[in-house]
Amino acid sequence: MRKYTPKDNVQKKSYYTDRFWVAPRVPTSEVEAGSHFESVVKTISNVVTIKDVGVQIGQLRIVINATDNFKTLQTLRDACGYAMCSELSAVDYLAQDGEFEVFYQMLNLTEAKRVRVVCRIKKDEAVESVVPLFKSANFAEREMFDMFGIKANNHPFMKRILMPDDWEGYPLLKTYPLHGDEFASWYEVDKIFGKEYRDVVGPENRDPASVERYDSQRFSRVGYEVPFGAEIEEGKEEENPIAYSETFMVDYTTGTTTLKKRK
Amino acid sequence: MQVTNKLTPFFENLNFERDDNTMVINFGPQHPSAHGQLRLVLELDGELVTKAYPDIGYLHRGIEKMAENMTYNEFLPTTDRLDYIASTSNNYAYALSVERLIGLEVPRRAQVIRTMLLELNRIISHLFFVATHALDVGAMSVFLYAFREREFAMDLMEDYCGARLTHSAVRIGGVPLDLPKNWLTDLSKFCTKVNYELEHTYEALLTENRIWKMRLEDVGVLTPEDALSWGCTGVMIRGSGIKYDIRKEEPYELYGELDFDVPISDKRDSYGRYALYMEEMRQSVRILKQLIPMYDKTEPKLMAHAPQYISAPKEEIMTQNYALMQHFVLVTQGMRPPVGEVYAPTESPKGELGFYIKSEGEPYAYRLKCRAPSFFHTGLLQEILVGTYIADVVTIIGSTNIVFGEVDR
Repeated sequence: MRKYTPKDNVQKKSYYTDRFWVAPRVPTSEVEAGSHFESVVKTISNVVTIKDVGVQIGQLRIVINATDNFKTLQTLRDACGYAMCSELSAVDYLAQDGEFEVFYQMLNLTEAKRVRVVCRIKKDEAVESVVPLFKSANFAEREMFDMFGIKANNHPFMKRILMPDDWEGYPLLKTYPLHGDEFASWYEVDKIFGKEYRDVVGPENRDPASVERYDSQRFSRVGYEVPFGAEIEEGKEEENPIAYSETFMVDYTTGTTTLKKRK
Repeated sequence: MQVTNKLTPFFENLNFERDDNTMVINFGPQHPSAHGQLRLVLELDGELVTKAYPDIGYLHRGIEKMAENMTYNEFLPTTDRLDYIASTSNNYAYALSVERLIGLEVPRRAQVIRTMLLELNRIISHLFFVATHALDVGAMSVFLYAFREREFAMDLMEDYCGARLTHSAVRIGGVPLDLPKNWLTDLSKFCTKVNYELEHTYEALLTENRIWKMRLEDVGVLTPEDALSWGCTGVMIRGSGIKYDIRKEEPYELYGELDFDVPISDKRDSYGRYALYMEEMRQSVRILKQLIPMYDKTEPKLMAHAPQYISAPKEEIMTQNYALMQHFVLVTQGMRPPVGEVYAPTESPKGELGFYIKSEGEPYAYRLKCRAPSFFHTGLLQEILVGTYIADVVTIIGSTNIVFGEVDR
């Protein structure tokens, strides 16, 4: 029977799963009273609604509505001293919830504290760009668009950044296979020669060790040498023994020049 | 409006204004001063840069995608290929975030070795910076001298892990090997040598060099506000007068116990940043000298004891049945960290390097985001280059110290 692979997540799966295994969770603690994070949560809750909050591995994690992302980051920057947006990207939860999780990793340099602002958006929704607040989001949001197809509204230059401009598909989606999709495998052929050359060039060979036995243009065969580009077919090859392909041994002790065949 | 066809492809969002005097040139992606595969589209008015557009992605290998299809231990050697000038920093940043995720305590000897390797890598990277930056600006001899010392440092790395560039010298949960014989003596000799060469060769050649100063002073001025807004870290932010070093502020490994200074510069220009790199090398040497006596006071234990996640030492695997079973499961299936997310920032030689890992309790990371400092420093180029002259472009790119393995990932 063919192995079942779910179509909405084609990433590699563990081949063995224990039915009774319950994965442990990273401990999430409440925000301590009187701590720096408590004042942050208080300030933000005055401006936007906080859906969930907790401290995970020393960093505050705030879940908000996606429409509030600009306001939250503005409050964090202006009222809480989080002057740097060190990272922003997304996580693909389309298979489970039909949603993306977008996170903003914020840094307060004076307190040396980090906050992660998390929000969720539906499949074809966009987030508001935070470039007016943090210029570092310029490249980061472009990368998010490039990798997930999540657009940032009012971004000054919403364009692919790592992949070519005419690329189809978004590589970090769970539906995108590691080896690339149909478009990816023909991209260079289509671009250089045109689509009509797909048959001529043939599919890409991904096996670096493969040797095509009847290809006389790229491979030579020891013992059955044929001229470059000669057309040979299976079963119709002529045996053509060539001297150098046999191994001789020189007998230096006798001092003669006669060569004896190795046994 | 551009008419695109196969001979004149689409030029990305560039205006060819025929009525004024501007010219559009491509800097790279095969330019020797572009530090890798940076394509920089510059619009020039005479020699003045009026618009700059960094085009990246020529070295994109999809490392984040690969992380989703590899077990945690499998992925570690791939991190070598991020910042290939200082591979151990990447290995360490990745190992640290996985360790924080599963809550591991690393043995003290491994901590000492890791901190040593990190600082050695910082010296390697900074020497590389001085060498290539000077070469870009036109000082050929510094390149040769700096590469000589870098070679000694790489010999030390080679003695330790066998590799010169792609070290993979750190494992999740510790280090794979103890230090070889006489390594610490070699290290202390190297420290003395670097300290000497810093003062008598590089600084003697560069610091008061008239041409060097003319080319670097007041070039690439970055205000603290811009540095924060553009997400600059490391020397870039300290060169703008903001004192933030993750080793000091959010200490990891042994940095909390070590005595070192964080140099800052209020000059904000390339010269200030150059001076910082030199001073940071001195501080690294200082840290290494403190670490050498610490090594002897540690127990000879290299990997954390966490049978659920980390294989037992080789002797136990070969002698004890249960350790062998654990090892078999961990090798064939991979470790399964708890469900949750982590972001662990570290101070790599280039700036803040951190891995965001989202785990769903599988042996494969659900999402891994590599926060690479060079990526954000490349983004900065589109603003910092505008208004400078074409001759300074090379200086500024060199001064940001970007590495394209990290930018494109």
